[in-house]
Amino acid sequence: MAILDKKSKEALADPLMKNNPISLQVLGICSALAVTVQLNTAVVMTLAVVAVLSISNTVISILRNLIPSKVRIIVQLSVIASLVILTDQILQAYMYDISKQLSVFVALIITNCIVMGRAEAFAMQNTPGKSFLDGLGNGLGYGGILISVAFFRELLGSGSIYGISVVPDSFYDAGYQNMGLMVLSPGAFIILGLIVWAQRYVSGIEEE
Amino acid sequence: MEHYISILTKAIFIENILLAYFLGMCSFLAISKKVDTSIGLGFAVIFVLTITAPTNWFIHNYLLKEGALVWLNSDYGVAGSNTINLSFLNSIIFIAVIAAMVQLVEMTLDRFAPKLYISLGIFLPLIAVNCAILGGSMFLVEREYTFIESTVYGFGSGIGFFLAISSMAAIRHRIRYSNVPVQLRGVGITMLLTGLVSMAFMAFSGIDL
Repeated sequence: MAILDKKSKEALADPLMKNNPISLQVLGICSALAVTVQLNTAVVMTLAVVAVLSISNTVISILRNLIPSKVRIIVQLSVIASLVILTDQILQAYMYDISKQLSVFVALIITNCIVMGRAEAFAMQNTPGKSFLDGLGNGLGYGGILISVAFFRELLGSGSIYGISVVPDSFYDAGYQNMGLMVLSPGAFIILGLIVWAQRYVSGIEEE
Repeated sequence: MEHYISILTKAIFIENILLAYFLGMCSFLAISKKVDTSIGLGFAVIFVLTITAPTNWFIHNYLLKEGALVWLNSDYGVAGSNTINLSFLNSIIFIAVIAAMVQLVEMTLDRFAPKLYISLGIFLPLIAVNCAILGGSMFLVEREYTFIESTVYGFGSGIGFFLAISSMAAIRHRIRYSNVPVQLRGVGITMLLTGLVSMAFMAFSGIDL
């Protein structure tokens, strides 16, 4: 990554681990949990969020000197909402099945606090290039957690990974059962709680 | 009547907007540290959901839905208006309506019920971007509720959110002096506890409606 100077590199890499949007900034949990029953919905959701987040950050950063500070929230919201509608339409056109499974949660990216939070905290003060990287980094950090939650939920709940079943039949014959709880909502909360714990343990961050 | 009671019970307990659909988690995690603030936020959410759900129902059914603009044709003679489908604009219009309604509610409360206004404080403007509110409106479109059904649904979802957040605040208050592993403190333990509360709420799904 020699092309990037130090600050841009930080903007991209920090949110992946040290300052992860979900486990440390605690933003955007709403959509993180609902789409994680299966890996493929989680991957599509990640792509949607990465796209919306990096483009909205860039656009808002380009406009940052033109937006009067009194109406900035509504301007940010309308930029984000237009991008989300665009994403939703693209998903409906090319991935209809998955867009049906994601149902209202794509539209709910509008109220995803990460997008608003990054627009307000980063894009309003930084150049478009850096804001793009920040959006990309935060989107990927968000996606990392999303995909790991989905991985465990699908593996434990349906015995498969990305729709391919991995638990051998002999296990089921021997009495192994899929954990129904993982498919339901409590499973998502518990897995995310444990992942947050592990993630904070690795990065050594404590809350007072 | 029974039908509405069943929608209400469903929205409060069985399909709790927070514990089953994960909507409104951000404010839930941030606010549930204290009991009194979470009760304030809970009331604000009940209030705003009950108002925005029927409003957005009107907007969807008379302006945005496929064929909703048919009245333009019959009353004003605009030809072809019965085939217009604006439902792709749902989310952006809903969020604008919600923001405007929140502002309106804020001004009305400030004028006529200043005590309530002060106690709800900063929560009113905050919930404009609460996913639970937008989610409520999106769900009533997806489930094709009627006007009364959506009002009941909005109210029920609000109560569900209120129950979840106030019980969570009480639990967090109780574990304040427990010896939780350092890295698990804060979000981690709250997520695990929410998982348990959500499991408890799942028991309601045995109710046959």
